Amino acid sequence: MSIGRASRIAAWLGASIAAAGAARAQPQHAGQYEQADIEYGARLYAGRCIICHGERGDGMPSVNLRSGRFKNASTDRELTNVIRDGVAGTAMAPNAYSDSELTALVSYLRNFGSYDPGRSGKPGDAERGRQLFQGKGDCGSCHRVNGVGPRSAPDLSNVGAIRTAGTLQRYLLDPTDAMLPINRPVRVVKRDGTVITGRRVNEDTHTVQLVDSHERLVSLDKAQLRDYSIGTSATMPSFANVFDEDERADLVAYLLSLKGSN
Amino acid sequence: MRATILTCLLLAPFVARADVSYERLLHASSEPQNWLTYSGTYASQRHSALREIKPSNAANLELKWVFQAQSLESFETTPLVVDGVMYLTEAPDTAVALDPTTGRIFWRYQHNPAASARPCCGRVNRGLAILGERLFMATIDAKLIALDATTGQPVWQKSVADPAVGYAMTLAPLVVKNKVIVGVAGGEYGIRGFIAAFDATTGEEVWRFYTIPAPGEPGSETWQGSGDSWQHGGASVWLTGSYDPELNLTYWGIGNPGPDWNPSQRPGDNLYSDSVVALDPDTGKLKWHFQFTPNDDYDYDSVQVPVLVDMPTKSVTSGKLMLWANRNGFFYVLDRTNGEFVRGNPFVKVNWASGLDERGRPIETPQPEGAVTFPGVQGGTNWYSPSYSPSTQLFYVSAWENYGSVFRPQQVAYAPGLQFVGGLPGSPLTGATNLPRIRGPINNWTEALGNGAVIAIDPRTGTQRWRVPLADVSTGGILTTDGDMLFTASRDGYFYALDARDGRQLYRTTLGGAGANGPITYSVGGAQYVAVSSGNGLFVFGLRR
Repeated sequence: MSIGRASRIAAWLGASIAAAGAARAQPQHAGQYEQADIEYGARLYAGRCIICHGERGDGMPSVNLRSGRFKNASTDRELTNVIRDGVAGTAMAPNAYSDSELTALVSYLRNFGSYDPGRSGKPGDAERGRQLFQGKGDCGSCHRVNGVGPRSAPDLSNVGAIRTAGTLQRYLLDPTDAMLPINRPVRVVKRDGTVITGRRVNEDTHTVQLVDSHERLVSLDKAQLRDYSIGTSATMPSFANVFDEDERADLVAYLLSLKGSN
Repeated sequence: MRATILTCLLLAPFVARADVSYERLLHASSEPQNWLTYSGTYASQRHSALREIKPSNAANLELKWVFQAQSLESFETTPLVVDGVMYLTEAPDTAVALDPTTGRIFWRYQHNPAASARPCCGRVNRGLAILGERLFMATIDAKLIALDATTGQPVWQKSVADPAVGYAMTLAPLVVKNKVIVGVAGGEYGIRGFIAAFDATTGEEVWRFYTIPAPGEPGSETWQGSGDSWQHGGASVWLTGSYDPELNLTYWGIGNPGPDWNPSQRPGDNLYSDSVVALDPDTGKLKWHFQFTPNDDYDYDSVQVPVLVDMPTKSVTSGKLMLWANRNGFFYVLDRTNGEFVRGNPFVKVNWASGLDERGRPIETPQPEGAVTFPGVQGGTNWYSPSYSPSTQLFYVSAWENYGSVFRPQQVAYAPGLQFVGGLPGSPLTGATNLPRIRGPINNWTEALGNGAVIAIDPRTGTQRWRVPLADVSTGGILTTDGDMLFTASRDGYFYALDARDGRQLYRTTLGGAGANGPITYSVGGAQYVAVSSGNGLFVFGLRR
């Protein structure tokens, strides 16, 4: 097959690839569905799909979502397309879901038959999560949200639209593992001896772009650098021992509520 | 008045009507001012005898003109240049004729593919073929269209296969004698692949070679799955083949078996998936085959351009070799008279096999469940055109280094028109996607998931002669010339002119988009041009005058 097929499938499914907190004992890879996404998907399903498809997934004639077999989709990409674009000529209308919501819904549908809501943690409370973000977690000392806070760490104003529940869980537990490689901390020494540290935001063969420790956007020609080193550990600490499971759920609920101005 | 006439002549130089005989195609290398086939010549070396641009003056390269595609889909075309006119395609299925010195358009023909078309991996078109006064375009809804090269109007159109069940065509056709040869994509939809030849005059199908033998045919014993695994076994053909007129054999690379990642549903070697086949172009009869990856677990399509080189060796006294940097990570040298294995070496990190036996069959070393397999699903290289330079006698390829995937097969049931892939390869990096074909504006995965390189391989030994590393993996094809120049465009948006002898960078500029085609070169009025795609533009360079 052509090169882009797998990537296209993975491109959006990949957003869902992360290890939920309790599942971190096992390495997680693409193709698996995270508990946090399944749970988020279950909540979305209950809010937006259940009226037509029913609690058991068999509310529509000749459709059984619990079966794991879908009339118009075999891959997750196709399933995503159906959820997002609808099915022409049927009651299944297009839906303007974000990528993280689509990931969650697909994760849930893929686990509909085996998902047991009684075994999952309770849904987080976004308001309690906001209080933890600002208080106990002191997250705002590094992260910016809706125009408030510093810029050295990623701005989280729209993180709920671009990161999945599973990924957010993982960030709280193991930030180094969850960090996008492009966002690794870098340290450069220019030819004149100037040292710049910061968070990498883009790179190609000949240049690198970063947000430096003074919150400035900097673009550098690698040929003009005396030294360029890339750290592999996140500067964000783990919150595994700071928050308990319920608190992490609250924080994730808050972060998922941050959808940006669009 | 005389001045006016003179001005008119200067502005509108006389251009002969396209008339490309088979004789001209046979000797395409002798008219390097043109680019007459997808890979330049039937030997598919993507090499030109032009030498105006050379290491001593390459620093004087400059941009001459840009063609902006109307389509924002992947721009993978290889343009043809014929007697002062350039012909190219843009996605999904639009042919364009333009002035190769300015980019101004003569005509544009847009085929609107059927809504049922479902190419797995992007609505792309890799270019046209020409014979006589006609151009030939294969479409994503599996149609073959002949166009008048002067007017852009269709002459005939044939349905090659049913797009509703996953058949598509994305390749540039290959013309041999009076036949237009194409292959079908659709290996992710459970198709049964084939190569077919059509009469260039009438459009009638002349022969069809199925890339999966039917029960009872030789090779059918390699499909041992219960029931009908052979009927949905994929083995697509989505890149243009080559041709040796002396042997009268046409060579085609065959794609992955299906379902892609679950070989347990198709036990056996699964011929002729992941193979090269040598066919008689008059009849479509199979003369020989060589399989690179039996019972493929990894989607290692052998859909690369077969590069034909004449280089006598001890074991192949005829010198008729075929060079092949395969998606599976090995670089092969074959005897193209009979398909016998001559040599094979890994050109990137490989751990799915420890090596090749004396007949070229891989000694497989499957990795434990959850472990990383190298190369990853997109391969050590892919469809991007390699090049061979008779001047340096080196083979050049865009390689993906240190790139792996985790494979997790899943059972999948065939359903017409739905993808039939059997799993989803993942990244070794938690949370990451597999490296995508089309680079986004942010290079999210960086060194953590692999890097690209332009590498030069000595076909006599299979060893690497030189290497130019790239931060990002590369999807750009490679062009070489008798001027000892190498041209390529990287996925992170750079156009490079390198010294083909040692990889030294002679010129570089940024074009801002991923290189996604094989560059070509041509000349008009003695001035040499190099055309390369980047993003959704075709950028054409020449020397500063």
